[in-house]
Amino acid sequence: MTWIRPDPGGRPPGLIRSGVDPLGSVFAAFIALSVLALPLMTARPNRIAEGTSLMAWSALPSGHALALGGVLGLAAPLLALRVAPRLRVAAGAAALLLLCLTAGWAADHLTAPGDRYARVSPDAGWWLAFVSAGLALGDGLARLRPGPGVRIALLAAGALLTGLALGSGFWDQLSVLREYASRSDTFGREVRTHAGLALSSVAAATAIGIPAAILARPVPALRTALLAVLNVVQTIPSMALFGMLIAPLAWIGRTVPGAAGLGIAGIGAAPAFVALFAYALLPVAAATVAGLEAVPGPVRDAARGVGMTGRQCLFQVELPLARPAILTGVRIVLVQNIGLAVIAGLVGGGGLGVFVFQGISQNAGDLVLLGALPTVALAGAAAILLDAVIDASRLREQRP
Amino acid sequence: MSRIPRVLTILLLAGLGGFLTKPEAFAALFRPFAPGDTPPIYAQTPLLTLAVNHLLLVAAATLAASLLAVGFAVVATRPAGRDVLPFARAVANLGQTFPPVAVLALAVPVVGFGTVPTLIALVLYGLLPIFETALTSLSGLDPALREAARGLGLTGRQRLVQVELPLALPMIVSGIRVSAVIGLATATLGSTVAASTLGEVIVSGLLTGNTAYVLQGGLTVAALAIVVDAGFRVLQRKAARRAGFPS
Repeated sequence: MTWIRPDPGGRPPGLIRSGVDPLGSVFAAFIALSVLALPLMTARPNRIAEGTSLMAWSALPSGHALALGGVLGLAAPLLALRVAPRLRVAAGAAALLLLCLTAGWAADHLTAPGDRYARVSPDAGWWLAFVSAGLALGDGLARLRPGPGVRIALLAAGALLTGLALGSGFWDQLSVLREYASRSDTFGREVRTHAGLALSSVAAATAIGIPAAILARPVPALRTALLAVLNVVQTIPSMALFGMLIAPLAWIGRTVPGAAGLGIAGIGAAPAFVALFAYALLPVAAATVAGLEAVPGPVRDAARGVGMTGRQCLFQVELPLARPAILTGVRIVLVQNIGLAVIAGLVGGGGLGVFVFQGISQNAGDLVLLGALPTVALAGAAAILLDAVIDASRLREQRP
Repeated sequence: MSRIPRVLTILLLAGLGGFLTKPEAFAALFRPFAPGDTPPIYAQTPLLTLAVNHLLLVAAATLAASLLAVGFAVVATRPAGRDVLPFARAVANLGQTFPPVAVLALAVPVVGFGTVPTLIALVLYGLLPIFETALTSLSGLDPALREAARGLGLTGRQRLVQVELPLALPMIVSGIRVSAVIGLATATLGSTVAASTLGEVIVSGLLTGNTAYVLQGGLTVAALAIVVDAGFRVLQRKAARRAGFPS
């Protein structure tokens, strides 16, 4: 009788077992299904007209359709089998790249030369294939476990490729970029407003939340009260908090001398900034408290034992040890605020939410995308970047 | 953790119930925030109806998210699912970077306006906190416990149902609590795409510049969230006591 059964999942790393990879075959099935059974693109004669859904073979010139079929036909079986992570990454990346090319090819193919009203946009099949290929690529990368430097390099490479494709005009016939073309003058400004709102509110919350948490931590009653108040703030829906701040800020702007000169007013970025700041405080303060609490007692005793003062112990021992935890709090908040800053568009605060809410009210999906896609990209990039920084700071700590 | 004292919660619940059933009684309170002689209490739809719709929507979304997330976490922590684990972590991590408004806005072109896009956004957004806590608690169990359960001759399913899930339950409930509280706030956004929630009151206030409506909608949702949070904390303590953790 064997007491310790061999673990079916435990195989030496690096060894490739032949057979089917369950997760990979799900991706492969989704890619095949979306390209073969779902419409790839939608073409509309103008911005608000009803669209015609087109399958892959009618949306693309035959040569390009063959290329798409060939690459996906190679990549999908590779993903479905148990292959080395590198090969998995290559297959996912190839599928993703070809889908990006497909969108541009189809837009060129379906738009008559000189037609400035026609709209071509990706349909359900394209999106599903894109998400599946992206997840497959992410799965391959996750299995490789790249270090922080590699992840930042990959992010930069992805951003560079996207920037080159956008700059070259390859996707210019796509509907989203048509929306951009008619708003190119305000787009840059709204992106800057959006990023500015998210970054400045997180910076302010960090500058105030961390010292507040350090000061409140030794006093249990104060700490409980601080966290309880900030917890209640978190429960107020973002839309309402933004709206509630309009009246008091308008009042301050009118009555306090000099406040209006600082941009404090009921309309504009001020309510958005204050609301984002309020939401960011709790996670930063809570992460600081948790990080400091997690410093082992013996470490603190040792610091005292070598004659450190309370201040020295805090700055030279406790804060450096708590840094990864505090950074994790900052990461959560930054990503959250990039998303929440969309709501600023609803209260006249600007940012990418302007496009989202205009798009919703005009029932124009492409305009919604023009606001939503850059927001998602910004938030994703911030998450990858800060995760890499956190990992790097953990690694540095573990080094002797 | 910091939690609101029970007396305050009960008072809040009573105040909330009173406000939702007889909002006119509170008109004087909101009078100063309504511009000119506009009505200080939102009356297009009864607040109670909106609150019930709001709660039902969030309850349905949280239930669906809980089943999916715990299911995924169980699969990812079985020996056969080990390959899926790093990927599942990465997805859970990246999923949170999708702003709820973006999910909502992107769902509208596909499924139309109303309750359905809101439900989709709520389920997707509610998955992550539950998945993360379920994954952490299931994969963080003491291996000795698993060995002991195996030594007693329990099958894989029995180990899961009789040992692992009960031990992980307090953490899972705390994930569901976070998810429900986030969902209550996020559901207000549904009203920008014509779902019937308390967000309707806020949107109407924003559009007409009536701060009284914004306050009513916002504070009602906040009060609901605090009460729901307290309810889940009670469940969490019950689950912890049943699992034999010191309370």
